[in-house]
Parts: sequence; structure tokens; C-alpha cells
Amino acid sequence: MDKNLNTSASLSFDDIGMIFPDGTEALQNISFDLSRGEFITIVGPSGCGKSTLLKIASGLLEPTNGNVTVDRERLGYVFQDATLLPWRTVSKNVELLAELHGTGIQERKKLVQESIELVGLEGFEDHYPKSLSGGMKMRCSLARSLTLKPPVFLFDEPFGAVDEITREHLNEETQQLFKQEGFAGLFITHSISEAVFMSTKVLVMSARPGRIVAEFDIPFEYPRKPDLRFEADFAELCGKVSVELRGSHS
Amino acid sequence: MSIIEEKQTSSSTIPTQPSRTKKYVAAFMPPLILGAGVIGLWYYISFGLLEEKRRFLLRPIHSVIDVGFLDGDNRSESLQALWSSTEVALIGLSISIGLGFILAILMSQAKFMERAIFPYMVTLQAIPILAIVPLISFWFGTGQRSRVVVCVIISLFPIIVNTLFGLQSAERGMHDLFTLHHANRLTRLRKLMFPAALPAVFAGLRISAGLSVIGAVVGDFFFGKGEAGIGQMLKKHANRLQGEELLSCVILSSALGVLVFWLFGVLQNKAVGRWHEANSATS
Repeated sequence: MDKNLNTSASLSFDDIGMIFPDGTEALQNISFDLSRGEFITIVGPSGCGKSTLLKIASGLLEPTNGNVTVDRERLGYVFQDATLLPWRTVSKNVELLAELHGTGIQERKKLVQESIELVGLEGFEDHYPKSLSGGMKMRCSLARSLTLKPPVFLFDEPFGAVDEITREHLNEETQQLFKQEGFAGLFITHSISEAVFMSTKVLVMSARPGRIVAEFDIPFEYPRKPDLRFEADFAELCGKVSVELRGSHS
Repeated sequence: MSIIEEKQTSSSTIPTQPSRTKKYVAAFMPPLILGAGVIGLWYYISFGLLEEKRRFLLRPIHSVIDVGFLDGDNRSESLQALWSSTEVALIGLSISIGLGFILAILMSQAKFMERAIFPYMVTLQAIPILAIVPLISFWFGTGQRSRVVVCVIISLFPIIVNTLFGLQSAERGMHDLFTLHHANRLTRLRKLMFPAALPAVFAGLRISAGLSVIGAVVGDFFFGKGEAGIGQMLKKHANRLQGEELLSCVILSSALGVLVFWLFGVLQNKAVGRWHEANSATS
């Protein structure tokens, strides 16, 4: 239905606008493409409509203007909260989406084991979410989406609630997953260094109504090492993004 | 190295021993002390305050045990009555659970259902039983069926309210997740709303289980046709000024209430204890 075989883009936004029923204009003229091999991060101030854009991409919200083209059958989507079901163990949580998609049990078990290994949660399969740390909950949430082998993966500020060191680890692992699994990633955050560290491209979004006001290609090679954060080029790029972000604020 | 190890072993073994005893003491001492106090007060009232001829108002505890529980005839009569009331409570509670679940599920599926049904549930809950006793006896007679009806009216509401609250307690994000992956109504109910509702459902069940016993006794008090239950026994003993038997029936019916409350607490622990955050301490 949403498949568009004429373009190479896995996800494309065409002049998206969003005005909520209460009159707030959340998004204006958003147009860009996301292709395989790309990891695009949108940075913007809180409440600029970044999350709204992901909801539109996934079909949870209908835009009031424009079109989205994406295959929603196997869409990876990680929310701000891990949204794990507290009554299911880690492995049962990871299994959920495959269950909803009607995957056979044998195939399911295999996918679950693979995904749990990918995010490094081996040994925690039988733990309930209440006994996991914030970072581990997020890993479990990532693993859950990975079972879909998603061609497109949406990240809605997933690491906002974990501590700095855990966040850096998760950033490193996410860019590894991006390279290994080969999905097209669309990531939302308000952390500039997180954006620059993981992405092939960073888009800066203005405050409400959200518009794309700047675009930066990030040239660093994958896999990116943790030390990258201390290099001059990295700091310079972060600085440029920061200037644009400040400009968009006022 | 060795010093640190020593410190660790000593600190891990020594304090646990007294702390466990302390825990038991802390858990059991306060109710035991209060219980002893109550028994003391009871004796004081029986022997200190009441004269011989007014002592039937509060018989001393040992004669309650003697006459109410150790006397064979009295005991078998009370236990039979208790069983009859237990039957009513169980039937009534089962109906309440079935009816409550159905109504709560209906209300959880559409807002207009909730708007339509809920006010009547509140009204039903607010009706004083005494006011509809005549109606119940018109419609259902004065036997077991009416006793069950009273029991259902009294125990239904907490199940509906708690089940509905539980079904609506799953977070928005979880619903989004199910929406994203095209889960149908039944899957959503089965895999998301039911499990999310369990802690609240059990909270409701525990309350209703206790209420079903009260309902059975109250129902029996008004509708005494057929096998006599605890309510009829209370009435009979009160009329005959049989203080010991009266008190033993009170104790029996409270014990039944405590038993079902505890039973559902155990069930709750089995069902949701492993994953639910707020594990209740009283079970």
C-alpha cells in the first residue's frame, strides 16, 4: 500500500505538515528521503515536533498535509520509554512482535536468541523488567524491534533517560548494529554529540512549528571508535550543529 | 586483600542472623500484644464490669470456647450453618466474578458502554439492602436464591471497578506498540489488557471475597427458608440470649471472611507476585 518501488528511498517525507485539532502547528514543510545505508538524526529543541514526525512515519498519526512513503510491514520503532510488558520476561518481551506477526514458534525462538545476543543481554533471558536497569530495558526494547529484521528503524529519543556512560555505550552499539544489520535509521534526540557520533547525516529542526533548518553530512568512517568524541573534527562539527540549533531557537 | 575478605565475610554473616529474628518479632509482636490486650479487656468487662445476671451480654472467652466450640451438638449445628453460608458466598462470588468481568470487559471496549453502564452500577451499589429486601423476596422467594442475590449485590461492585481500572491501566506506549503491529481487538485484550489488569483484578477479588461472606450472612439473616445459615443462627441465639453460641457464630463467620481474603491473597501472589512491582506485604 505504502510501497513505492519507483524510488530507492526506504522512507520519504513529502511536504509533511501537521496541525493538531487544538490549532498548534507542530510541523511545516518537512521533506527528505532516507535510504538504505543512511542513518539520519534529527536534533531539535524539546517540543519541536520531532516525535510527531516519527509517529507520522509509523502511521500512528495522519499528517494534515503531505505524504509519507514507507513499507510499514516490518518497521523497527523504539520509543522514549522501553515499553516492556512487565509480566513478560526479557525473552518473552523480545518475542512479542514476532508473535503479533504470526511467526512460527521455531523461527521465533531463533530470532529471539539472535536479537538478545546482538544487544548483549545473554544471561538475562528469564529476568523480569522490574529487575533490569534503565540501559538494559532499552537494550531489551532494541532487541524486540530487531527480531523484525527491520529495513527501516525509527528511534524516538531512546537513550534520554539513561546515564551518560551508558548512553555512550548504547550509541556505540547502535552504530555497530546499523552497520551489521544494514537498516536505514532515523534517530531523534536533543543531544548533539549523540547525533554526530552515530549518523551519516544530521538534520536540525527549529522550534514549533518544526522545520528543517540545516543539514550536515557526517563524514567519519564506520565503525566509529569511542575516541572519535575527543577529535578536533568531531568537536568542530558539533560546534556547527550547535550554532544552527541556537539560531533556530530564537 | 585478606583483611577486606575477612571484613566482607564477617559483615555478611553476623548481621543477618539477628535481623531475621528481629523481622519476625517486628512482624508478630505488635498484633500479639494487641490481641492479648483485647482478651484482657474482654475478661475485665465480663467479670469486672458486668454483674452475674447481665453477663450474657459478653460471656468470658473460655466459656465461649467451651459452649460454642467444644460442645458437640452446638459445634455441628454451627458448622452446618457455616457450610450453608459458605455455599451461598461461593455461588454469589462466582456470579459476581463472572458478571463483573463481562461488564468490565464490555465497558473497556467502548467509551459509550462505560457511560451507559457505570451509573447503574453505582446506583446498585448505593441501594441499602434493607430497602430492597421486600422486592427480593417478591421476585426470588425467601430461600437460597434470595440469599445469593443479596450476596451478589453486595460483592459485585469492587470487582467491576477494579477490573475496569485494571483493563484501562496499560500504558499508552504499549497500546501504540500493539497498534503498530496491527494487533486485533482480541489479541490486544488477551496479550495486553488482561495481564495488565491482573494486579487490580486481584485487589478487587480480595475485597469482594470478604464482602461475599458478609453478603451471605446478611442474606441469610433476611431470607431464612430452607437450610439455616450463620445469619439464622445469629438471629436464633440472639433471641434466646445465648451469648456463647452467638459469639461463636460471630467468630466463625469472621474466620470465613479472613480465610477467603487470605486465599485470594495467596492466589494473587502466585499469579502476579513475580513481576508486579508493588508486592503486598499482607498475605
